[in-house]
Amino acid sequence: MEFALSENQRLMQDSLRGALARACPLERVRAAADAELAWDAPAWSAVRELGVPALLVSEAHGGLGLSLLDAALAAEELGRRAAPVPFLATSVLAPLALRDAGSESQQVQWLPRLASGDAVVGLALTEALSGARDGAGVRAVGRRLHGSALFVVDGAEADAWLVAATDSSLHCVRRGAPGVQVAALRADPTRPTVELRFDGAEAEPLPGTGRPLLERLRDAASIILAADALGAGWTMIEQSVRYAKDRRQFGRPIGSFQAVKHMCAEMAAELEIRRALVWYAAHLFDENSGQASLYAAHAKAQLGDAGHFVARTAIEVHGGMGITDELGLHFWFKRIALDRLLYGGPDRARRLAAELQSLA
Amino acid sequence: MDLRLRPEHVALRDQIRAFLAEHGHLSAPTVPGRRPGPALLAWQRLLLEHGYAGRTVPRQFGGYGAEPDVLEQHLIVEEFTRAGVALGIGNQGISMLVPTLLELGTEAQKREYIAPTLRGELVWCQGYSEPGAGSDLASLQTRGVEDGDDFVVNGQKIWTSTAHEADMIFCLVRTEPHAAKHAGISYLLFSMRSPGISIRPLRTMTGRAEFNEVFFTDVRVPRHQILGARGEGWKVANETLKHERAYLANPGLLVQRYAEVERVLREESVDGRRAADDPALRERLMDLQGRVLAQQCHGMRLLTLAERRQDPGLAGLITKLQGCEIRYQLSTLAIDALGELGLLAHATPHARSDGIWQDRNGFDLGLIIGGGTAQIQKNIIAERGLEMPREPKVAA
Repeated sequence: MEFALSENQRLMQDSLRGALARACPLERVRAAADAELAWDAPAWSAVRELGVPALLVSEAHGGLGLSLLDAALAAEELGRRAAPVPFLATSVLAPLALRDAGSESQQVQWLPRLASGDAVVGLALTEALSGARDGAGVRAVGRRLHGSALFVVDGAEADAWLVAATDSSLHCVRRGAPGVQVAALRADPTRPTVELRFDGAEAEPLPGTGRPLLERLRDAASIILAADALGAGWTMIEQSVRYAKDRRQFGRPIGSFQAVKHMCAEMAAELEIRRALVWYAAHLFDENSGQASLYAAHAKAQLGDAGHFVARTAIEVHGGMGITDELGLHFWFKRIALDRLLYGGPDRARRLAAELQSLA
Repeated sequence: MDLRLRPEHVALRDQIRAFLAEHGHLSAPTVPGRRPGPALLAWQRLLLEHGYAGRTVPRQFGGYGAEPDVLEQHLIVEEFTRAGVALGIGNQGISMLVPTLLELGTEAQKREYIAPTLRGELVWCQGYSEPGAGSDLASLQTRGVEDGDDFVVNGQKIWTSTAHEADMIFCLVRTEPHAAKHAGISYLLFSMRSPGISIRPLRTMTGRAEFNEVFFTDVRVPRHQILGARGEGWKVANETLKHERAYLANPGLLVQRYAEVERVLREESVDGRRAADDPALRERLMDLQGRVLAQQCHGMRLLTLAERRQDPGLAGLITKLQGCEIRYQLSTLAIDALGELGLLAHATPHARSDGIWQDRNGFDLGLIIGGGTAQIQKNIIAERGLEMPREPKVAA
């Protein structure tokens, strides 16, 4: 029994970490956020070169044919840098959806381009997974879509979107199709989402869709968002420790005061105890275990809470500087906030966990 | 992540299951604070014979003599727990002193003490903390003065569980008054029947006396009954404390406790409604389940690191802090689900399970404090795990 990453996984994660440190310094994050870009071009270029978009595309379609655990390790590194690049939809959920539910021609048309990063595909799943707000929801009438979808991930500047309708079907809508309006709906400046409005837009259904596929996508998303929070959280902790060692007040580094030490210890303990849960949830997903949904829900809830705690505590360790724009901690704060609430926050995830065990 | 068992482990697991099926009915639980009775002694003999107790202790010292295999140990605990069968005797002598003796004892000490301790015939208590030396254990004041072939020991220990039932004590005594604080301590082993020892029960909030105070008045301890060299007691004690921490942070127990709490919520009702159907209680239950599962996964992560003899770093420093907090919150939730009835202790009318949850809750709070308080754990995590500045030394 080996409850650990493989040597290859460790190497991959280490090399991603180093490469992303060079490709995504704070300046790139800030540049993309301030200009409200869909992504940062140099960072996306670096990520493509590293093969990240190819992780979950099969080798037959030009990808690396790796696992959700591998994608979770990449997600952690992207979260660590708050990398302003497409990933959750383009490199995880869309490849999974196309592989499990797409027609052969849809797979051939999209998977190679997703793998190379030549195409960006958004996903509209919010209403299906965390519920409809403000009257949002998409109805499929024949091959046409009506209604709206909020918080479409990787939706800005996308070449196409995969859209879940209220009957649990999934449809592919191409950019430029008549009857589609795209509006910014930006919660996390490093991963801009959009609102899509459909007025009879032509769409191509994926033949294998239905509730089971959406639940599978939900589980994958939960694990990826949990992993992102793990990485983003650790960056906030490391920054806090560094700041506490440097910042002096009352004649000594503030990190020598027990209150500050304990804040850092609590952050580290709360986050790191939950790392193995993310690994295990990803492992169960990859094994198609009957327990996969339960563990994915718990990973989402636990990292949502731990991430939230780390985010606010880290800012507190930084004192007044913590809330400034200049320091840039807010990028990670908002990144973790979206990890926590996208597709359902901790309370919703716990409700799901209860339902899965006939406790609700 | 390869969670499949190797063939030899599958074979062991099958062997354990067969043993449990055939002999499980002979098991007897360890009663905290009590000497093992005849049934438990017999059970322990059977377990030692089959290698389910004392597995890695060398045969010449009464153990089974197997190579240390972290996964084998884990399997044994897991299978016994799953079957609801008591593991071997769980006492301080076996879990803490025996590993210390194996690492640091003389051959004569190993031959004299290990086998009877493993069999449960020789019961030990731990003399560490004092009223003035808790978190700052190294400041202990119990003195041992050389007089001929003996140390004459005077002082007092506290939090000594099992003192009244113990045959021997492993005790930290200051024997080098002129040495620096940490270098003046020796680790002495002596009989609890020595003249000059008196024991006073220490009643806790549970209403029972799980602990004792132990007073030493001119107690003579032969000088050779020392583990490690004079003045090296602190180093030896740290070895023991390492084993104590592992002992306290058992995820298998958390999984069991969670299952019991879930049962309480499913079975208890107020105004005809199940506690589990109260959204607020259910939410807390699901949060605790998530945290228990995380702790269990974390335990497996540490297990693999131990098997590979890799240093877990920060991951190894957070287990006790997180685990004890979860354990306390589990019993708190059970009490909350039972409402006022959850506060009834022992066998009172309307009490559920003889008030066991109220009992456990007090003890669980004690576990957050004992074995290194949560605040000490946080100091350790910050200083050793995050390399933050150590506590500044206050000038004496």
